[in-house]
Amino acid sequence: MSIEHSPNRTTRRDMIAGARLGVPVIFASAPFAILFGALAVDNGLSVGEATLMSAAIYGGASQMVGIELFGHKIAPWLVVFSIFAVNFRHVLYSAAVGRRIGHWSFIEKAVGFFFLVDPQYAEAERRIEHGGSVGFAWYMGMALPIYVCWVVESGLGAAFSRLLPDTKALGIDFLLPIYFLGLVMGFRTRSFWFPVVAVSAVASIVAFKFVGSPWHVSLGAAAGVALAASMPPSSRPGGRR
Amino acid sequence: MSGTLWIILGGAVMTYLARIGGHLVLSRFERIHPRVEAGLNAVPAAVLTTLVAPAAMNGGVPEIASLVVAGTVAWFWGGMMPMFLTGGVVLIALRQLLG
Repeated sequence: MSIEHSPNRTTRRDMIAGARLGVPVIFASAPFAILFGALAVDNGLSVGEATLMSAAIYGGASQMVGIELFGHKIAPWLVVFSIFAVNFRHVLYSAAVGRRIGHWSFIEKAVGFFFLVDPQYAEAERRIEHGGSVGFAWYMGMALPIYVCWVVESGLGAAFSRLLPDTKALGIDFLLPIYFLGLVMGFRTRSFWFPVVAVSAVASIVAFKFVGSPWHVSLGAAAGVALAASMPPSSRPGGRR
Repeated sequence: MSGTLWIILGGAVMTYLARIGGHLVLSRFERIHPRVEAGLNAVPAAVLTTLVAPAAMNGGVPEIASLVVAGTVAWFWGGMMPMFLTGGVVLIALRQLLG
């Protein structure tokens, strides 16, 4: 009998390894969780609604888009659709990570996919690259602390939103586009990044002017995706040059 | 139940469907068409760009300057926090100076 190979011990070690990877994510996302709570109350949500939104949707950018549209008197299904449009990228993560967790039980998969946010996906891919396997204990060890902090900080931001006196002078109303630009820049090594960004930018501005919000999100994104799909395979990295 | 709660729950269901749906759909296919894969790879940059471009177009000098500076920082140094903090500082400073 060897203690170091007991399942409990391995499980705990995996959870701690996952939790350690979550620490920088918790620090980086804290300002945005607090900002989300404050902006949500600014846009007419209650503290409870803001906290529930973080707990139920758990997707920073889409939550920001959602509360932005709450203030515009837009049909509810359009707000829901816009949240889906922003989170549509998770379809890609889902498809990619699904190949790594074939050994999970149905319940583990059903739970795990709820927590598939950008950094969670990125760390799972990196773990595979380094020859590891993505176990449920490791995955949840990373996911749960990030999730709990995100929900609690959103509630705190909402409860203490009045401590931010002048959001315009503090620049808080325009911090989000800067944050979104940061996310865009994070994908800059991908194939066709510049043409996709250029086409999506122009298409979304045109759609914003002539169709209106929030359709500019879907129409602009559709233009960029269509461009990438229409590129000849030979011009793609990995294809023949 | 209020409209706000319905929107939150609807958004939660749709988000969960996105997170599990890619796996459910893809696990039915043996291979993904390269064009579908290329299109999916472009989704993050395409969607997120549409959240920046109209805001930049509607912005004044402080807003556009903050995006240019933050974008430059992100390009050369990478990472979210350096670009975000630099952009925020430029934005607030220029709003104080020009506003």
